[in-house]
Amino acid sequence: MEWEPVIGLEIHAQLATKSKIFSGAATAYGAEPNTQACAIDLGMPGVLPVLNKEAVRMAVKFGLAVGAKIAPRSVFARKNYFYPDLPKGYQISQYELPIVGKGSIVIELDDGVTKTVGITRAHLEEDAGKSLHEDFHGMTGIDLNRAGTPLLEIVSEPDMRSAKEAVAYMKRIHSLVRYLEICDGNMQEGSFRCDANVSVRPKGQEKFGTRAELKNINSFRFVERAILHEIERQIELIEGGGKVKQETRLYDPDKDETRAMRSKEEAMDYRYFPDPDLLPVELDAAFISGVKATLPELPDQKKERFVAQYGLSTYDAGVLTATREMANYFEQVADVCKSPKLAAELGDGRSVRPTE
Amino acid sequence: MHTLRLAALSAGLKAKKFSSAELTRGFLQRIAAHDKQLNAFVTVAEESALKQANAADARLAKGQAVALTGVPLAQKDIFCTQGVKTTCGSKMLANFIAPYSATVVQRCDDAGMVMLGKTNMDEFAMGSSNETSYFGPVRNPYDLNAVPGGSSGGSAAAVAARLAPIATGTDTGGSIRQPAALCNLTGLKPTYGRVSRYGMIAFASSLDQGGPMARSAEDVALLMNVIAGFDSNDSTSVDTPVPDYTADLTKSLAGLRIGIPKEFFGQGLDTKVEQVIRDALKQYERLGAKIKEISLPNSGLSVPTYYVVAPAECSSNLSRFDGVRYGYRCDQPVDLVDLYKRSRGEGFGAEVKRRIMIGTYALSSGYYDAYYLKAQKLRRLISDDFKNAYKEIDVIMGPTSPTVAFNLGEKTDDPVTMYLSDIYTIAVNLAGIPGMSIPVGFVGQRPVGLQLMGNYFDEARLLNIAHQYQQATDWHLRAPKGFE
Amino acid sequence: MSLSKADVEKIAHLARLAISEQDIELYSRNLSNILALVEQMNKVDTSAVLPMAHPLDTAQRLRDDVVTETNQRETFQAIAPQVDCGLYLVPQVLE
Repeated sequence: MEWEPVIGLEIHAQLATKSKIFSGAATAYGAEPNTQACAIDLGMPGVLPVLNKEAVRMAVKFGLAVGAKIAPRSVFARKNYFYPDLPKGYQISQYELPIVGKGSIVIELDDGVTKTVGITRAHLEEDAGKSLHEDFHGMTGIDLNRAGTPLLEIVSEPDMRSAKEAVAYMKRIHSLVRYLEICDGNMQEGSFRCDANVSVRPKGQEKFGTRAELKNINSFRFVERAILHEIERQIELIEGGGKVKQETRLYDPDKDETRAMRSKEEAMDYRYFPDPDLLPVELDAAFISGVKATLPELPDQKKERFVAQYGLSTYDAGVLTATREMANYFEQVADVCKSPKLAAELGDGRSVRPTE
Repeated sequence: MHTLRLAALSAGLKAKKFSSAELTRGFLQRIAAHDKQLNAFVTVAEESALKQANAADARLAKGQAVALTGVPLAQKDIFCTQGVKTTCGSKMLANFIAPYSATVVQRCDDAGMVMLGKTNMDEFAMGSSNETSYFGPVRNPYDLNAVPGGSSGGSAAAVAARLAPIATGTDTGGSIRQPAALCNLTGLKPTYGRVSRYGMIAFASSLDQGGPMARSAEDVALLMNVIAGFDSNDSTSVDTPVPDYTADLTKSLAGLRIGIPKEFFGQGLDTKVEQVIRDALKQYERLGAKIKEISLPNSGLSVPTYYVVAPAECSSNLSRFDGVRYGYRCDQPVDLVDLYKRSRGEGFGAEVKRRIMIGTYALSSGYYDAYYLKAQKLRRLISDDFKNAYKEIDVIMGPTSPTVAFNLGEKTDDPVTMYLSDIYTIAVNLAGIPGMSIPVGFVGQRPVGLQLMGNYFDEARLLNIAHQYQQATDWHLRAPKGFE
Repeated sequence: MSLSKADVEKIAHLARLAISEQDIELYSRNLSNILALVEQMNKVDTSAVLPMAHPLDTAQRLRDDVVTETNQRETFQAIAPQVDCGLYLVPQVLE
């Protein structure tokens, strides 16, 4: 039987604010453990959250860039569960009323075919801390520096039909958040992470299969491999007479396989409810148009302009606009040497790699 | 000196009749002499109090004093105090020293007030009799066999027994007003958002509000002038101007429109308490007020509604007490789940655990709509009742508590019976309006409180209404025997 | 709604509360009584009512993106049950 994978991605982009989403602690990466965790981040008794305006602006910026409706009223909710990297025993997130509604983005595959991928929503939430599993006298160490870093969780529709499409989508979002300067996109440091929902169904069948969620895949290469493996695992399982379980799985890049997460074995009941410490976020037209005015030229607009202005092929323009740095470099070189074609070759590395 | 009220204390300090250090030592001595009987204090902050008193005296000497500089007070042990233990009445925080001070505490410190100590309370403010405290029950100075009410029972007993001139309390479902009523005090729960919640350990965030407990409306007004106001650390703090709460105290009550909700005078109200309340209302008529019967048709459902909303919020608010970063941690946990379950199971008392479980259940998958969402809808109906009522009246009055103080141990076996002792106070918290309780008489030796409920941000008017009554009566001046 | 022993065990687990075997029955009786009280809510039809999450009908205030906090690790960890190398320690977490 021929099988069709169905893939949706949840991307977590850390927003490039100076301070945390609900506290005045710094978000800089790489500090000594727990030196950037203030009383609010630690969930000390009596502390209260106050929302960072810049995080809201950045979320709106993203929403506008993917043509989404910005919610005039969005609500923070508490997602309740116990975990040592979650100091309050709940994560402040958005649930029923996210700040960014439905939008979409066009991805381009290697063969030049384009496809529109739907974005279901994007919402603001706080990041958790980190558990360090190296042996501390047989215990786990908890570093809460990351706790409270603002995240934009970007949820796609289950619109992707191959690992390659998923990677193309992820790269597209990665490029976009960097264009918008709302996320540094550093995947080694965990600034840009992804969970993938993967299921398979017989080709031609309407109904989705049971999905597994692959957690925390932090490189483009791993996304592709993790999804490919999961697709294979599910097909083998079904063809062997088994059934896919709805579960959370962790990709192990060393073994190149996915395995069920022990900590997520029991069904979670997050008991979401509106956070009574925070009021609804209300954004008026002036706020939204103020953010709109700060939008840079987006990759697609830039690409069209490069084709028109410099006479580049769509392919070259696509390569040159993949990142904002590359596009800027190209434009500088093109202005100096007056030969867009040569600049393009310089720019995309066919002759010389840019060193800056 | 312990019989003086705030205005006199402040005047005496400024006139150098006594120093803040003398005053402070005097109250510390009274605490040492009397608190064994009452158990009103969890911590007496002798050392830091004397330091603060000396600093206040220096400030007074330099002429830099503000209204309450040098005046001692007691803080409910729910407010975080940097350097002094904050227990919240719980084993969970029995040795917890907060790394920061609550905004309310900071404001009192900045005004040069002297903190005598931290008062006993029901564990995490969950209780109506102060019997759920890990540090033992508090006794009512007016009758040592009776409870002082709760959850701010320690503050009530301390002020009533003249161990502190004034104290702070917090009120989630009546925890300032009910103990004020049971201990012959004047207590104010301000409008939600009027007093900062930052550093006040949360029980139910959408209901909690701190406020003063004192021996007169004027004293309450003076402390409100210190603690009320906008705080950028609290998203639910309201940024509207704070009036001088003493400014309107002397206004006449002629023409005041008082609404009496018939639902507050039905079954369950002790007939002797009702008589005292009716007499107080007659006094208001003599002061020129007009009384009108009104209806708050949904107020009868405030107790059920509250016992969904408050536990739901508390179940989440108390998740942070997990034995990882501060507070009680169980011995030798075998794994992470064991660490959580035993630290919390051993660190929390039975009432806290009951409420966490009720709240957990009300929010859990499959029950959210039937419990939590339903309660939120009723909350709107209950609030709307008040909004409608204020279209034609200025203030609502009724009993604060259906009975006078009950005996220690009388209601501890049955949580539901205990919950019903807050039947008249809870609707105010659900709506977020300000509420007061003032002394209006006794049944035997146990005091009765009249509840005043005002429109949003109408604290100054409530204080005026309370003050005028206190100018005409002397119930609020009656000290408990043995503590005069 | 009356809660069985198994219900109470499930809720206690979700809330991470250790409840001793002999207390479970008392809790299930207490909690069932509280739920019976709470269910008086059903006397009123609320199908047309908007839920009220908050007493104030206002919007969230937004804070400027400024770092205002400094490192206070030592103060914070002085009250921690168990720390090492600046980390909070917990029994090993399995992923």
